[in-house]
Amino acid sequence: MLRADIEVSLGDLHLDIALTADDGEIVALLGPNGAGKTTALRAVAGLQPLDGGRITLDDTPLDDPATGTFVATAQRPIGFVFQDYLLFPRMTALDNVAFGLRARGHHKTDARAQAGEWLERFGLADHADAKPRTLSGGQAQRVALARAVATDPRLLLLDEPLAALDATTRLTVRTELRRHLTTFRGARLLVTHDPIDAVVLADRLVIIEAGRITQTGTPAAVTTRPASPYVAQLVGINLLHGRANGERTVRLATGATLTVADPLPGLDVAVAIRPQAVTLHRHPPEGSARNTWSTTIEGLEADRDRVRVTLDGPVPITAELTPAAVAELELAPGSPVWATVKAVDLTTYER
Amino acid sequence: MRLLAVVGAPALLLSACGEDDATITVLAAASLTGAFEELGAAFEDTNPGVSVEVSFAASSALREQILAGAPADVFASADPSNMDQVVEAGAASAPADLAENELQIAVPAGNPAGIAGLADFADADPLIGLCAEGVPCGRLGREALANAGVTPSIDTNEPDVRALLTKVEAGELDAGIVYVTDVLSAGDAVDGIDIPAEDNVAATYPIAALSDSTNREVADAFVAFVLSDQGQEILASYGFGTP
Amino acid sequence: MSQRPTGPRRAPQGRTPWPVIPLAAVAVAYVAFPLAALLQRVPWSDLGSLLSRPLVTDALRLSVTTACAATGLSLLVGVPLAWVLARTHLPGRSLVRALVILPMVLPPVVGGAALLFAFGRRGLLGGPVYDSTGFLLPFSVWGVIAANTFVAMPFLVLTVESGLRAADARYEDAAATLGASRWMIFRRVTVPNAAPAIIAGAVLCWARALGEFGATVTFAGNLQGRTQTMPLAVFLTLESDREAALALSLMLIVVSLAVLVPMRDRWLASVP
Repeated sequence: MLRADIEVSLGDLHLDIALTADDGEIVALLGPNGAGKTTALRAVAGLQPLDGGRITLDDTPLDDPATGTFVATAQRPIGFVFQDYLLFPRMTALDNVAFGLRARGHHKTDARAQAGEWLERFGLADHADAKPRTLSGGQAQRVALARAVATDPRLLLLDEPLAALDATTRLTVRTELRRHLTTFRGARLLVTHDPIDAVVLADRLVIIEAGRITQTGTPAAVTTRPASPYVAQLVGINLLHGRANGERTVRLATGATLTVADPLPGLDVAVAIRPQAVTLHRHPPEGSARNTWSTTIEGLEADRDRVRVTLDGPVPITAELTPAAVAELELAPGSPVWATVKAVDLTTYER
Repeated sequence: MRLLAVVGAPALLLSACGEDDATITVLAAASLTGAFEELGAAFEDTNPGVSVEVSFAASSALREQILAGAPADVFASADPSNMDQVVEAGAASAPADLAENELQIAVPAGNPAGIAGLADFADADPLIGLCAEGVPCGRLGREALANAGVTPSIDTNEPDVRALLTKVEAGELDAGIVYVTDVLSAGDAVDGIDIPAEDNVAATYPIAALSDSTNREVADAFVAFVLSDQGQEILASYGFGTP
Repeated sequence: MSQRPTGPRRAPQGRTPWPVIPLAAVAVAYVAFPLAALLQRVPWSDLGSLLSRPLVTDALRLSVTTACAATGLSLLVGVPLAWVLARTHLPGRSLVRALVILPMVLPPVVGGAALLFAFGRRGLLGGPVYDSTGFLLPFSVWGVIAANTFVAMPFLVLTVESGLRAADARYEDAAATLGASRWMIFRRVTVPNAAPAIIAGAVLCWARALGEFGATVTFAGNLQGRTQTMPLAVFLTLESDREAALALSLMLIVVSLAVLVPMRDRWLASVP
């Protein structure tokens, strides 16, 4: 079990986070570039010493500035998959995988035999004698993973494991990676900036922004109740901030009020609205929807077979419509429209 | 020979008809170092407006420079053969002998290896140095050893006599064959052991003004000065013998 | 479809700026012309007999063996030094680097004199060693190797240091995460990655050692078969035995080209 209180100052970045990873858990650190996720991962690996805080693995301290304890990277029972894999260029795939075993004292033949088994498990037996530069992106990633797990580490660290792959390879490799990760016994900590990677691969998400944790939770929890604009934008959900009045009304900063389904005490709340739940009309609508307001269209953006319509005005959100609907309503930037959302489609939660 | 000494009176004054600050370049054998510096200075004193620049190197190297067309006015060689080659090529004419220099064994001060004479040169134990064969000092040294019937056990052939002397002085070599003038110039740092007259060989130093000299008058005057009584006195003070 | 005249294929990077080619040609000519003049004087008809003379064969053998030995020594101690300069934060690195560059800047004869003061018979270290063991560097082939190493090692250290700086240090991070000791990282990751720089440095070192004259003649002396390397032999025969000197010069050029020409571009590239 990993317990990490990480305080690191590096240039403009001031990282101060606390996270844990249980055996059997896959935790993803998700955040924008420069947030400090890779720095956190490197700190756990011992490649970046702590300025403050403490890191323990199975209750053994790895880095404790207060007591002056620092276990060198080579002595930590970890495996690390780097963003661009860093396979040793002059060694074959087999020797790459065997490297960690040789480093820990195994004899050459024994290490190579074990490495061969690992490559087979990853479906790379045919490429055992290949040099890294001849491998495809997906193959290289598997070799890097095999190399990292061959030494049976207690903790597996992955830095943007899919970032180096092109879009089509990513899809297949992502599912494969999930499969391989689930077979690993120890704790797994990965870093990514891609929300879909995080959601597919991880059991728990930790959102890091500007050196601080802004939200943790299961992928489902985080994506339905995003706590910050970054996450909301990431998962494509509208996020509004306002104040509940103790009953079923939320007053937004813009002055507009929304009617919500659940009564909430007077609190600062976040209101999440799925773009698909927003209906647009040319004329003031009738019907049961509690929330109706007049606004203008700010912009239109085609996204595969959907159109994302950004709205101006008192409730600045994005609606998602079919192209047919857009055409029918004759929507264009600047067009006046009426927008409606049912109260039950507003998810409200404490901020 | 002393004949030319009469021609060059020491107090030769140049007529100052448009000839300000004449400079002559003298190429002199390495073993003439101290003597020719003083000769140059003395010549400058008696001939204001004249500047003497002396360049010292192994005679064979100087010969090559002259034959390749290096601009110079006077050549003083440590042996006749180098001068002959220069004369043959037409670069100089009518050389005269300016001095003689006998050979002597040089040992570090205190003679730590206890060298007694040329016979000890056959011993493999002491570190022995000679000048390289292509250098006059080296050729003559080997001649002397042959005269004494000694087959030397040599450890190094130094490119010129100054390099050899430096190593003997420093105690890095136990003995070397150099000129009498060299032992004298090294003062207390080096002891000299005489070579018996029947084995010893002397170097004859010819001097000549060069045909391509741009300052022939001054060059000739300098040669005459070197051969004059005053010049010879200076040379004698450095240990050179009369030619 | 219009017919386009076929011609030489243009390089994808575009044309070379116009002054570059003529200036480069001047540089090549400046080096090649004196060499051509030298070759023109070589007595080709007598070459066979000249090259079989002991003067020539001894000098050749001595030059090649001492240059190789000096390169070997330089690799042994120079590569670790380059690593310290490139990868550590030990205090005084700038001073050490300046010290290592010094033999490149000093006249070789001065270097030879310094070696004499240190390791000669009356030298600071050489004296006591000689007095107790009778071992002496000057006037022996070991002296030649010592002189060669002194002047040539800086070339290797600087080349390897710059290669290490340019090489990706993250591979060493990767090796550390796999549990490799620092020695194992050095042996199996750093050195192989720096191989091009090490090769280039070794070649420069070898070439410099081969051509070394001033320090050798001042420190090791000059004796055919024992300390007379090719440059020494050329210098000393230039006046007295011109033909032998030219034959030796030719050998120096041939031997150097034999080593330098096979150097492939890609061995000198940092990415394999």
